[in-house]
Amino acid sequence: MESIPNLTSSIARGEQTARANVESSIKAAENLNKSLNAFLQIDREGALQRADEIDKSPSKDTLPLAGIPIAIKDNICVRGMQASCGSRILGPYHPPYNATAIERLIKAGGVIIGKTNCDEFAMGSSNENSAFGPVKNPWDLTRVPGGSSGGSAAAVAAGLVPAALGSDTGGSVRQPAALCGVIGFKPTYGRISRYGLVAFGSSLDQIGVFARTTGDAAAVLQVISGRDSHDATTADVPVPNYIGETEKNLEKGFRLGVSRALLGEGLDEEVRAAIEKAIETYRDLGVEIVDIELPHAKYAIAVYYIIATAEASSNLARYDGVRYGFRAEDAPGLRDMYRKTRNEGFGAEVKRRIMLGTYVLSAGYYDAYYLKAQKVRALLRQDFANAFKRCDLILTPTTPTPAFRFGEKVDDPLAMYLNDIYTVTANLSGVPGISVPCGLSSEGLPIGLQLLGPYWSESTLFRAAHAYETVNPFTARPRINADSAA
Amino acid sequence: MSISESDIEKIAQLAHLDITDDERKMFAAQISEIVTYVEQLNAIDTSNVEPALGGLTPEGEATQSDRADEVQPSLGQKIALEEAPDPASEHFRVPKVLA
Repeated sequence: MESIPNLTSSIARGEQTARANVESSIKAAENLNKSLNAFLQIDREGALQRADEIDKSPSKDTLPLAGIPIAIKDNICVRGMQASCGSRILGPYHPPYNATAIERLIKAGGVIIGKTNCDEFAMGSSNENSAFGPVKNPWDLTRVPGGSSGGSAAAVAAGLVPAALGSDTGGSVRQPAALCGVIGFKPTYGRISRYGLVAFGSSLDQIGVFARTTGDAAAVLQVISGRDSHDATTADVPVPNYIGETEKNLEKGFRLGVSRALLGEGLDEEVRAAIEKAIETYRDLGVEIVDIELPHAKYAIAVYYIIATAEASSNLARYDGVRYGFRAEDAPGLRDMYRKTRNEGFGAEVKRRIMLGTYVLSAGYYDAYYLKAQKVRALLRQDFANAFKRCDLILTPTTPTPAFRFGEKVDDPLAMYLNDIYTVTANLSGVPGISVPCGLSSEGLPIGLQLLGPYWSESTLFRAAHAYETVNPFTARPRINADSAA
Repeated sequence: MSISESDIEKIAQLAHLDITDDERKMFAAQISEIVTYVEQLNAIDTSNVEPALGGLTPEGEATQSDRADEVQPSLGQKIALEEAPDPASEHFRVPKVLA
């Protein structure tokens, strides 16, 4: 599939119609969905109608995403489509409004072709928690695509769409991006409006972008970023020209921080080798590699699973079978109806996290768990502030291993949580991060490197990722892809 | 810390979850393991640390979110009730509240 700038310019020049472009994307998505299960809904009619409007629009040559097919994780509201969050409890719901990010994509000429499968309420690292069956990894159908935004990652990896949106609460964009061999971008907390993103952990959630190149990810981030009066946590910080910045060279004296402690125990040997090689690639580009320490990073999973579950237990209290979605039958009283609805509507992982969150917030335990976790979160933020005095960006693996097999970790929640060891720190501290494909394992599975930057360093992340991708382009394609289906 | 099945039952009540016997057993074991894992935080001295509250950056903290208190259009009853499992005469109907 062509890059976003190539696609929009061929549409602007009239060499290709938005309709043909969107039609081929939908066709490939329909053909491959049986094997990948990446989409929960494909909106053929609506998307083609929207493409026709673009073709007729006099401003199509000025719209930055004119006629670009985009897939959206099913926890982001798109008017006229479903929003299930991968859960039975939503019914599915049909939101009467667009998320701000969706409003902005549509205004830029983007065409939403469908809603992608995900772990229930974005809780999971393997997609095995979707109520509608897991997404399969297009590189190997016996393996997980990662989670929770696995459908969006698989759709981009298989070449069904050039870009997709997901949400990243503890790594749910970057981790599946690494496991599927695509770019995954999580911006600074407050960069993209959360209005219309179904809440999981409100102090951690950010919408993120999947694409095959940094240029394409920058093109999407460009239009969806910025202050929104519907979300008081969006910051009043100007949005730079990400696309222009991406092309700029890294300045002389650019420093990349590496924490040796994070390359130790628990890291797969092949991932370690790929990361060491990436470090050498940066060194060859003239980048100075400096040792940094994040002394509290080893506590990040513990902090995360207190804060994220506490916030989730509050956010998910709204699913009570009254105003929308599923309601259990035959409950004699209101309280019975709540309990029956929630028990039948939520899957095991969601219940587990609601209960853990309820426990850590309950009387007598608040100080010991929740308050303690918020204090260690403050220490972790300080670790990042200290590290960024010594370097421009930090480089880590995105995940400890390449894609694992279905069923391998599903009965061991703690082992599953440890997949997020490299990604949760960015959500706890609010810093932006990007996962970039950096090679294949001996079994032919993608490996991702992660770059983390200070607040509002999106441009720097794009530049550093682009510099890497220019000398080390990731050209391998998964076994299941749009061309193989055609 | 070990979480007993009766603790799990109490938490489930607080969370409005009507869990089965099997779930109670499973969650007691799993949540005990997770709670034991997170208790490693006790090893960190946080006596002089101010807790981080929320996820805001300094720029986010400084962002002015006040707006004029003016009436703006809202969804309205018709749209708000469209997704309700049991709408009735412009209301959300629920099972009886008092037994």
